[in-house]
Amino acid sequence: MNDSVQSVDPETCFLTLDEFARLFEVLISRGYEVIGPTIDQEAIVYGQLSSIDDLPRGWTDQQEPGKYRLVRRDDNALFGYVVGPSSWKKQLFPPVSTLARADRTEEGWQFQEAKEETPRYAFLGVRACELAAMKIQDRVFTGGPYVDSIYEQRRSQALVIAVNCTQAASTCFCTSMETGPRCKAGFDLALTELPDGFLVEVATAAGAEILSDLQTMKVSPEQDTQANAARQQAVDQIERRFDTTDIKDLLMSNLEHPRWDDVAERCLSCTNCTMVCPTCFCSSVEEVSDLTGDHVERQRQWDSCFNLDFSYMNGGLVRNSIRNRYRQWLTHKLATWIDQFGTSGCVGCGRCITWCPVGIDLTQEVNAIRESES
Amino acid sequence: MNSTVGKQAEKSDSIWVAKTAVIHEIAAEVSGVATYQLSLRDAAAAQSYRFEPGQFNMLYIPGAGESAISMSGDPADCGTLAHTIRLAGNVTRSIAALKVGDTLGLRGPFGTSWPREDCRGKNVILVAGGIGLPPLRPFIYQLLAQRDEYGSLHLLYGARTPEMRVYTREYDRWRAEGLEIRETVDRSSPGWRGNVGVVPQLLERLTGFDPAETILLICGPDLMMRFTARAALQRGMTSEQIWVSTERNMQCAVGLCGHCQLGPEFICKDGPVFRYDQISPYLKVEGL
Amino acid sequence: MEKPRLAVFKFASCDGCQLSLLDAEDQLLSVADALEIVYFPEATSRMEAGPYDIALIEGSISTPHDAARIQQVRRDSRFLMTIGACATSGGIQALRNGADSAEFMRAVYASPGYIEVLDQSTPIADHVTVDFELRGCPINQYQLIEVIQSLLAGRTPRTPGHSVCLDCKRRGTVCITVAQGIACLGPVTQSGCNALCPSYNRGCYGCFGPASQSNLVSLTSQMEQDGASKQEISNSLQNFNNNAPAFREESRRLLDRNGEPY
Repeated sequence: MNDSVQSVDPETCFLTLDEFARLFEVLISRGYEVIGPTIDQEAIVYGQLSSIDDLPRGWTDQQEPGKYRLVRRDDNALFGYVVGPSSWKKQLFPPVSTLARADRTEEGWQFQEAKEETPRYAFLGVRACELAAMKIQDRVFTGGPYVDSIYEQRRSQALVIAVNCTQAASTCFCTSMETGPRCKAGFDLALTELPDGFLVEVATAAGAEILSDLQTMKVSPEQDTQANAARQQAVDQIERRFDTTDIKDLLMSNLEHPRWDDVAERCLSCTNCTMVCPTCFCSSVEEVSDLTGDHVERQRQWDSCFNLDFSYMNGGLVRNSIRNRYRQWLTHKLATWIDQFGTSGCVGCGRCITWCPVGIDLTQEVNAIRESES
Repeated sequence: MNSTVGKQAEKSDSIWVAKTAVIHEIAAEVSGVATYQLSLRDAAAAQSYRFEPGQFNMLYIPGAGESAISMSGDPADCGTLAHTIRLAGNVTRSIAALKVGDTLGLRGPFGTSWPREDCRGKNVILVAGGIGLPPLRPFIYQLLAQRDEYGSLHLLYGARTPEMRVYTREYDRWRAEGLEIRETVDRSSPGWRGNVGVVPQLLERLTGFDPAETILLICGPDLMMRFTARAALQRGMTSEQIWVSTERNMQCAVGLCGHCQLGPEFICKDGPVFRYDQISPYLKVEGL
Repeated sequence: MEKPRLAVFKFASCDGCQLSLLDAEDQLLSVADALEIVYFPEATSRMEAGPYDIALIEGSISTPHDAARIQQVRRDSRFLMTIGACATSGGIQALRNGADSAEFMRAVYASPGYIEVLDQSTPIADHVTVDFELRGCPINQYQLIEVIQSLLAGRTPRTPGHSVCLDCKRRGTVCITVAQGIACLGPVTQSGCNALCPSYNRGCYGCFGPASQSNLVSLTSQMEQDGASKQEISNSLQNFNNNAPAFREESRRLLDRNGEPY
């Protein structure tokens, strides 16, 4: 037993279930707020965890366009689900945050930054598509000449513990977007769940340091084979294929395609797809004033290009129809995003398909346009 | 993931925080339009503030919000910053309620500027519609300050009525300094002897310039800019010689909120000034 | 400077919206400080004649007397704002529109001859020009305070027009339709309640009325696919905002009674 205990910097090691359970106290004692999967409101959401018991042990999710259901598994897997309605966007780019304050003084208005405590998160259970989403939002919020400090601070302090998918939902298409299902980069630690523990890949010094507080074991060849098989299962289960060939030109040369009218018949313009999307970043600022009007906070809130007044300008609306708003969302996500940030804005997580109340499937919308071309 | 982000943290410190600006002077221009001379109260900030013609500031009235307003004054003199404002929405109407000595917030400068280098040695035609003249005025000052470096200079200006023309008190001086001014109005009124009609007609009729050696700068409503550009193309100019200043719902001014997108462009940070070949494919799509 | 004079008028309604105003005690005191409340029968016995700077109107028009009274209120008021589903769409009482109200009266009252009512319960805007509408059953007191503050500051009031879904997501409510199959009007309803009902596993009732450009047909088709009957879906639209055009047209379409009474 002692032989197999490693103390320093393993590249890949094995963590028993009991040791994995100790991970929570290790993270918490190091000052991290652990965020990970837990069951709430009939779904697996990302919330604050205090122990292994908060994980969705023995539960999985079944997903199809417009439908999500929690289902019992026939084993005790802790990460035996795919992705839920929440994403890490909620922690890194909060739904509501205060940007600045204004106070009226005798010398007039004074302005200052709204100093908010930056939580130190340990994200546990990040999927490959979500690692890709974080990388995309890194570019959006920190990759240009202007850096969003709220995102930047939260992100730079976060510890990322990824967990490889071992199954897929009908809505998944990460293989088409080349973002998964295998976690390849962008994590401190990456786990693969086996019945009696976890295979752990260590990618950074921060990850190694966490692991140094835990007893790890050498990976046996059997465990390695098992882990490979578990990860391959996810690959094999992905049925959805999405052809992204020349997608930018395809969409931008079809801005007047009748399919936009067709999808507008179905789209509710309710904003759900943009809210669950792990890369959508639109926001609005609201003035929140006290009753005297002398103390005002500028509050940034999630907004959506599906909202009617989002494109308000000079007393008019630029995108004054559901057709135009859906077209904006889809062309931005899949085409103009590439111009802006060098990658697609889509990671193939399928959330927008599952969580659309009427089950609109963006891959089908694009396919319809593509088929009409050929 | 400490390694991937964090390098630019020092830049991020104050992108959301406005600086206090004091209203120095308010000059009525035309009905519903006034020019506000603002000065930054912090001496160091005022000292270091510079802008390029075509750029804008976000002016902020706490409780009402922010509004993107182009600088309309002389970039060589940043002692006070001129902003010509049309009273249109909540923010600008709140600004209208302020008086000299009052304070407001200012973030900026933001956005791209008119292509000064491209204009050197060329004829320059500035085309403005209505309240589209203020964003061009800083460039007029800049061109006239170095008049010898350019060929012919024309301002083609269209307004709804003769009474809605801004900066008319400066026209004599501009003419004297070498700017040809042609004007038109949509609706005439007693005493008006100039053109009646739309701005692109002024360009169609303009003579005495070599289209191949000319840069055209346009600022006005989308439709006016498209028709003016079309007239220029018909005169033999190319899209690469035409520049436009576009407007969309600019809120954050730094490309992070998503509101002002037009195709792949964030109007606030990739614009507002674009070369026409870059923006025209998107400008002509209805509701994009 | 004289304080603006505020009046609160009640028409056919349950008083709930006025109570929302009274519920906002702290804010109301500060509002009362900036305003002079000169007519508010629910709260004070002071009843001064017009003119009024701001008139808040609760309730719908359902009697000939009220139809005449609202004209006078309009003449007396500089800024007239309707508050609540009754005033903005006709209220729950608009369910009687097109039905036989004489029959209802016979069923309810011993001597229906004393009752004088109009055939229809209609929103205030059907009778006079309305300067601003505040939706909800009841209204959101914070929105009301925001509107009054805006008016005092000379700004156009800002009340969000987005769907209830956006608020569910901002507050972290998992979609009850997708995760639990619960029918919900949230996607086609204007926000204003901070998505209250879905957070208690109840579908949205549409209290704040249809969102602008709401796609009712798509949502109700989905509800049908999910097993709801046309009658059930139509019933769900025949609530406090049954007479709001988008809800009214769709509930009629579902029952194949285009333009005809229920």
